[in-house]
This record gives sequence, structure tokens and C-alpha cells, in this order.
Amino acid sequence: MSNKTFHIGGIHPDKHKITTNKPIEDAGLPEIAYIPVKQHIGSPAKILVSKGDKVKVGTLLADADGIVSADVHSSVSGEVLKVEEIEGEFGYLEQMITVKVEGDEWEESIDRSPDIIKEITLSPEEIIAKIREAGIVGMGGAGYPTPIKTTIPEGKKVEYLIINGIECEPYLTADDRLMVEKAEQIIVGAKILNKVLGIQNAIIAVDENKPNAIEVLRKITRSYVGVNVQVMQTKYPQGAEKQLIEAVTGREVPSGKLPVDVGCIVQNVGTVNAIYEAVQKNKPLFERVVTVSGDAAENPSNFMVRVGTPASYLINKVHGNPAEIGKIIFGGPMMGTSAVNINAPITKLSSGILLFKDDHSFKPEETACIRCGKCVDACPVGLRPFAIASQVRDGDYHEMKQLHVLDCIECGSCAYICPARIPLLDYCKLGKYELKKSK
Amino acid sequence: MSGIIISNILILGGTALIAAIVLYFVAQKFKVEENPKIEQIEALLPGANCGACGKAGCHAFAVACANSSETEFKDLFCTVGGQAVMDKVASEMGYVAAVKEPCVAVLKCNGTCQNAPDKVIYTGMKSCRMANRISVGRSGCPNGCLRFGDCVKACPFGAIKMDEVTGIPVVDENKCTSCGACVRTCPRGLYEIRPKNNGVRVYVACSNTQKGALARKNCKAACIGCMKCSKICEAVKVENNLSYIPTTVSAEEFGASLAENCPTGAIICTKNSSSAEVKNEQ
Repeated sequence: MSNKTFHIGGIHPDKHKITTNKPIEDAGLPEIAYIPVKQHIGSPAKILVSKGDKVKVGTLLADADGIVSADVHSSVSGEVLKVEEIEGEFGYLEQMITVKVEGDEWEESIDRSPDIIKEITLSPEEIIAKIREAGIVGMGGAGYPTPIKTTIPEGKKVEYLIINGIECEPYLTADDRLMVEKAEQIIVGAKILNKVLGIQNAIIAVDENKPNAIEVLRKITRSYVGVNVQVMQTKYPQGAEKQLIEAVTGREVPSGKLPVDVGCIVQNVGTVNAIYEAVQKNKPLFERVVTVSGDAAENPSNFMVRVGTPASYLINKVHGNPAEIGKIIFGGPMMGTSAVNINAPITKLSSGILLFKDDHSFKPEETACIRCGKCVDACPVGLRPFAIASQVRDGDYHEMKQLHVLDCIECGSCAYICPARIPLLDYCKLGKYELKKSK
Repeated sequence: MSGIIISNILILGGTALIAAIVLYFVAQKFKVEENPKIEQIEALLPGANCGACGKAGCHAFAVACANSSETEFKDLFCTVGGQAVMDKVASEMGYVAAVKEPCVAVLKCNGTCQNAPDKVIYTGMKSCRMANRISVGRSGCPNGCLRFGDCVKACPFGAIKMDEVTGIPVVDENKCTSCGACVRTCPRGLYEIRPKNNGVRVYVACSNTQKGALARKNCKAACIGCMKCSKICEAVKVENNLSYIPTTVSAEEFGASLAENCPTGAIICTKNSSSAEVKNEQ
């Protein structure tokens, strides 16, 4: 019997997981770190430091402002140079804290020993408090503050905890390597979440194209009660929250509802690893694994990168030849965005930087829609992207709403499959953006 | 055989006659009186259905005119037809039309390819709406013209053209009817409707609210909020590092000196545009 997968739509892009066997390298320290105060969904954090302050690794720089917000910690030690607006990922100005790196001095409270602490002594409330203090957000890309997600609303019951180790985007191997190298940490992290949510069993869902991770996880889960590995059939976009829930449990999350409404909680493996480090080792979230890959990268690899490291620092690390690079993408090739400013810092949400040669980069040369319906077949949400595109062109907000453009998960399957090379994803994103703005 | 044909004609003809009689009385009973002036006024209007008057189209405007009182009529104005059309409509109604100065759309950006050169290669869709959502734009200015010409497509009167040398749109003041289609279309709100004033206009051709140094980094013709203009004419306001010249400022009196004294050439006086261009090239 073949493994489980979701049922509506989906595509099979080429995998290109060329860095799957490259161990996670320490990226080292940049000269200057630019730490944005907004690396999550919600309101920006309140800045606590000012020019000239000395900070250590793990020092709280900015405090969560309100419930939907997250703390930001320093990823380096040194002196705060300035607190001002700097050009971010898309060229727009963002509030950032600039720290000049001097040495690598960590806060004393962080446990830096490599031992794995298996015993969970804290109560669920204490664990949630720790997660909040560590500034943990969903590291799969959405950046939703984790403390809110782990606090179950009154009257709701969680039956499934799914740890998302799918990583369905081509090229990216950050989660894959994390599962191979930090398997036990992730499993203890899953046990911590089991305790918080008051359930007995966590499912680590892994795509069948990651045999190394599956083997390591299976071996270690044998000695743990309440954590299982579920191997999933490879299909894009299986890593999307609602698609994964459907694939694992067969439950469909209705439009406009949250996973918790159908009794499910999904956490990314990166987030679970961060939860382990925060709860057991007192380590705030200030570094993450980033894949730097693509055919214009001479030496593609996975790096453990401090938040605030400029992307150009990592591009130099893989010896990307600037003359050869035609396009730089932040994130995966399907959902990522092309870089406007290569000096933009790595945030808690950056999963990869991809360097492509000019002839490999997608440039929409839009031709007429031939009504083949391939985009409708590919859409994992069951939308009609071609119809949305024509409504967005006309700017008809009412029709866009009727076509449920707000349910689009922006996976890019439609644009990938379109034989007329219509940038359907761009149209859907534009429709969502304008519809939200018109309200 | 002929009997069948005759009976068919009689049955159908009889049904039609009964239906016609019923319909005649129903139509008499539910008759809607339409003001005959609506049709006459609509015939006078330009028929562009552009919505510049604030109504859904020319017919809706004609209805509003025909049903208006004398004071209400003063608020109605068809900018496309201008004073001539409004005077005709007014004589139809027996009122006097409001006197309004003709207006024209101006682009509050001078981010030409020369002043604000491209910093990144944009390979996405050639549309301002799309480019605005994706990123800050090719030049790096977060408020400036994206140079893809959505306004050219939106203009129902063909008054906006893309200048091939500068890369930014140019408004033909003779064709522009100040309908406001460009104001609604531009995703960055760069158009402003200002009085025509016989071709002499002075305005700030910049919308960048960043601090001076940052704004200048991306565009040579950016307003840096230096306050020099507000010293020449007190009515000029500088807020958010951006100067704004109210339409009440006399272009004849202050225009030339404002444009000449602007250190970046962000202020454009249409009568004096040659000197502003010289300054931009430096």
C-alpha cells in the first residue's frame, strides 16, 4: 500500500535536493548584524535597547507588544550601533537594531552543553511561559507566535499533534538536515508539546523522499513512548498546514477556520527544536538552519545562521559568482520571493537562499489562456486560478471574493503547471492584497 | 386542410388581440412618468461614462440634473464637458451653472530613468499594481513612479503618454478632462487634480516622505524637505519631509522663484519647466 497524501490537486516538481547530504555548517559571525524587530505576524516588538548599549548573545532586545507579537533577542554579542529604519527584504524600510559584533559572549543562563535533557519537569503553564520568553514563532514561514498556537482556546479539544517535517519545496533541505542531526531534540520537543496540549501521541510526518531522516527518527522513537513517525507520499504542497492535516487525519479544515477547530495542531520541526532548546536549555530563538543552494552556487550547503546575518554574507560563503547569478530567491523556488535587497538580514522565518543562473529563472512571458484547466486540477484548495486571474485583471473585488481568493495558500502550483506561462500565483497574491486593502 | 389553417389563424390572432388589450390597460395603469428633460440633458453630455461627476454614468448625472433644485444644481458639474456643456444644461433647466475653473491632472513624481535609475532588474509582470505589491520598485523609492504606465491604460481620453526618454508618464493638458481615472488607478496615488490656470502651474513633483539623505540616495529630483520653499512663500507647507504647494499659491507670483530655488528641482513650474530640466541634468 502506498503512503498517505492529500487528495485534492497537487503537483510533482523536480526535487533538486542537492544539499541533502551536506551537514549543517556553522555560518560564523558577520561583522554587523541587522536584527529586525518584526519577524512575525502581528505588531512589531517594543525596542528596549538604545545606541551604545552592550549586548550579549541571547539578550532581550525588544519586548512583545500585545498578544500577537514576539520577543526579539540578540543573536550576537557587541555594541548597539543604531536603532533605525533600514531597507529590508522588499526594499521598504523596516525598523532594525544594528549590532556591531565583538567576540561571541553568551548570556550565562543559556545551557551550552551538548547533553540532551530528556526529563520534562516544568508544568504546562511554565512551558508556555518559557516559549513566550524565548520569542518562538512558527518557523515554517508563517511566523505566527507559537505561544498562542499552543494555548488551546476554551471548549476546544486537541486530538492530533502533527510535527511537520515534510519540507515539500524543491532545493530546501534545512528541515531535512535538522531532523537527521537533531532528531532526539525534536522528539523531546514533541514530548514537551504533548504535555502542554495534554495528549498522548505526536505524529512526525516526513516525506518519503527523506530516507536518512526517516531512518534516524524511527531508530530513536523506538525508545520514546508517544512519538511516532508517519511516512508520507511525496506531493507538493504537502507541507501546507491544511493539506497536511487532510493527508494525516483525513479531516478537512473549513474555509476561514483554524486547525484547532478540527482538533489538530501542526508545528514545524524547526519550531519544535526551538521549543526544546527554550524549555530544556533556556536558549532563546536567535539562530536557525538556512539552505543556500541553486545552480549558481558553487558550494551549496546548509548553514546554522544567526538571525540578522545579511544574506550577502551567506551568498559569499557559497561562492556565488555575481556575474553568473540571474536571480536570487529568498525562500523556496515555489513560494519564495525574488530578492530586491541582498543585504537584507536572515530572520527567524528564512528557510533558504537560492541562486539561479539567468536561463534557469522564471520570467513570465504571459500568453493567452487556452482553458486547459490544468491550474484547476493542480490547485490543492480547489480554486479556479484562471478565473481569479481574469477578475484580478478587471479589478472586480466582488467576483474575487466569490471565487474565494482569500483561501489561496499561495503555493504556486497553478503558475508551475500553466502551459501558457501565466503568472497565476502573482495574480492570486495581488487579488488577496487588494481585497484585504479594499475592506 | 384550409380549414385547419384558418382556424389556427383565428385562434392565434384572437389570443394576440386579447393579450394586446390586457397589456394596453396594464401599461396605462402602471405607467412611469419620466421627466422628458432627462433625455434632452443626456444628449448634451459627452457620454464618456467616466464617473468624474461622482455619479454612476452620464444617464445618472442627467437624472440628477433634471431632478435638482436650483441650489442642488450648483453642486453638479461635468468636468469632462466643462463650462460649455454645463451652461447648455443650465439653460435647459432654466438655472445658472456654477463657474468652475478647468483642472488638469499632474504627476507628483519626477523619478525619471535619469533621476532615479534602475537598481534591480525587474522581470515580473509589466504592471504598476503588481510591481507595487511585490516590492519597493526598480528605483528603490517607496513612493515614486513605477514606470509601467497603468495610468496610460486607465485614461479614457488618451491624455496620458509614456515619455520614452524619461520613462515616466506625461499628461497632455489639452486632452486631460480631469476625470480622475488616473488618480484612482495609480497604486501609489501620485496624481493630483489641480487648476489649469492657463498653463501656469507650480507643484511639487515628488511624493517621497523619507528623510532627505535617504530620498536623495534613490532619486536626484526628490524633495528633501529643506524648507527653502516655505521661506519664499509662507503658504507652502512642509510635512513628513515633503513639501506641498496649496493650489491657492499664485503660480504667476511665486512659481518661477520657487522652481529656481528648489535645490533638487523637485518643484516644477510649467511655464518655467526648461530651467527645472536643466537643473535635473546637473
